[in-house]
Amino acid sequence: MSSNSWWNNVVPRGFQKKPDGSPPPPKKDTRLDKANPDDQQWVKCPQTNELYPRDDIEAAHWVTPAGFHMRIGAEPRFKSLFDSKWTLIPLPKVPADPLKFKDDKKYVDRLKAARAKTAREDCMTAGYGRIGGQKAVVLVQDFDFMGGSLGMAAGEAFVTAAETAVRRGAALIVCTASGGARMQEGVLSLMQMPRTTLAIQDLREAGLPYVVVLCDPTSGGVTASYAMLGDIHIAEPGAMIAFSGPRVIEQTIRQKLPEGFQRAEYLLEKGMVDMVVRRGEMRDTIGAILSILMSKRAQAVAAADEPQLPLMLPDEGPAPARDARKQERANARQRPKAAE
Amino acid sequence: MTQYLDFEKPIKLIEEQIAALSGDAQSAGAAAMSPQLSRLKNNAEKLLGEIYARLDPWQKTLVARHVERPHFKDYVAALVTDFVELAGDRKYAEDAAIVGGIGRFLGRPCMVIGHEKGRTTHERITHNFGMSRPEGYRKAIRLMDMADRFGLPVVTLVDTPGAYPGLGAEERGGAEAIARSTERCLTLGVPMVAVIVGEGGSGGAIAIAAANTVLMLEHAVYSVITPEAGASILYKDAGRAKDVAAAMRITAQDCLGFKVIDGIIKEPIGGAHRAPEQAVAAVGAAVAKALDALTDMEGPALKAQRRARFLAIGRMEESAAPAR
Repeated sequence: MSSNSWWNNVVPRGFQKKPDGSPPPPKKDTRLDKANPDDQQWVKCPQTNELYPRDDIEAAHWVTPAGFHMRIGAEPRFKSLFDSKWTLIPLPKVPADPLKFKDDKKYVDRLKAARAKTAREDCMTAGYGRIGGQKAVVLVQDFDFMGGSLGMAAGEAFVTAAETAVRRGAALIVCTASGGARMQEGVLSLMQMPRTTLAIQDLREAGLPYVVVLCDPTSGGVTASYAMLGDIHIAEPGAMIAFSGPRVIEQTIRQKLPEGFQRAEYLLEKGMVDMVVRRGEMRDTIGAILSILMSKRAQAVAAADEPQLPLMLPDEGPAPARDARKQERANARQRPKAAE
Repeated sequence: MTQYLDFEKPIKLIEEQIAALSGDAQSAGAAAMSPQLSRLKNNAEKLLGEIYARLDPWQKTLVARHVERPHFKDYVAALVTDFVELAGDRKYAEDAAIVGGIGRFLGRPCMVIGHEKGRTTHERITHNFGMSRPEGYRKAIRLMDMADRFGLPVVTLVDTPGAYPGLGAEERGGAEAIARSTERCLTLGVPMVAVIVGEGGSGGAIAIAAANTVLMLEHAVYSVITPEAGASILYKDAGRAKDVAAAMRITAQDCLGFKVIDGIIKEPIGGAHRAPEQAVAAVGAAVAKALDALTDMEGPALKAQRRARFLAIGRMEESAAPAR
């Protein structure tokens, strides 16, 4: 008897039924800059292949009329989540290429290429602002930067975002998009699983909500750490959310996977997420959740009559604010250059 | 009968000669054989020492996976008295890829949890080659809860290629189980010591290895992905596992350099599988020492130590307190 047949016997038949509804996901990269490289004015829906004016799609938070949720980076994500403006949170530097890793290419060269392509230092970007009037730190993982892989920079960004949320009495919202651990950082990448988990403990102890927005795709070590430790798990429609990739599973169990397997709707059915929410409704949904989860806290703060930190980081106070501004100016300077 | 690894061929030749000579010596009763025999034995030992002193990361991976290497059950049999194995996650199933129970670790009341790969074909299937399903991690969480409640230190022995990548793991939240298990390690109010005794494979390993003190056997490996899986991603060729094993710096010596682990437990010459009792005793002594060092710490101090330990890994000095 093989272990596989044992396994099939253990899995109840009912568990294997197909979840219905979700459209079959396209295989291609859905980033907008690749959707139609020849004409920036038009965006092609990866599901229907229809072309739409870029402005319309952007106004719809990069969701096509067919309901396809395109992969987005930090800027559009912040725009779709925060009430109005937000402040970028400076993220710490990490040691570069501690393994001196090389496969076909040197890791440092891959990093350089990713930085040039995305005009950011690594896959994580953190912003601070308000959602539905509630204070929130939003951390966005950009799949376009080396597959959103979790390395030391991403882990440290997560820790920083959580610390900032605790300091400011804000909720932490993390939008995940990742192929998993960054192999080029080896076991140091694996260590980001306990490291991010520790940061979440700070939020728990401070009684601050930790909301995970699971975006397409989220997998591997990210799923097996901070993506599955939220107080609330919200998935975007059609998002692939997995621990092991479908190819690995098919090779292991030697059978075809059911349709819709590992999609957001499937995870909802299996009890791993609280809800599947369209991007256009994400701000209102999170705002409503935060207003309830943070209501006791708001009362306590009001009762204590504590002077609150002002909303925007640059107004915060002497030294840190200067550093923050400096970093932002530096970021601003870097960006157009890197984008060329 | 020893199973020789490819790179051990020179040792195999000498040891075969020794075996043949010993046989001759016995049948002839000739004392004249003994100088030659002892010279050969010396040579074999020297060669073994030399080969094992410069194992490359891929060779270490093979040693770490050696079927005769001591496994969880061997450690428990030798080191834990009054062991009571505890089964099941109370939610769905029993998963024998992770075994756990209470007992006295060299006299110290403890919760002992670890991966078991199994040795015979039947055992390997029973234990699923040490690849846990969600239930294994949920059992570990249950046992850690219990340890916390009863003030029992937790000892874990890590030896897994990784979590089992099956359909059921996705259906029943394998990722969530690993995340929660890691979290449970980090929130324990009792001392926790983890030893990577064979393969420390990815999330499946860290789920029971986020401890106050993390040790590794000399030829164990600790890695974010198996070299084969890494090679099939990076090169689309699992055959290049040797290159990826080297590039990923998976050895105990590398892990110590990165401060991912706190110490290396020396193996007998020629690896733990050549003198299992000796290796098991060395692990026992190292764990006992680590436990004793933590024994006077209170819950909050233990949590704070774990936190400081993991947050310090890979951190740049000046970013320890970034200005915000």
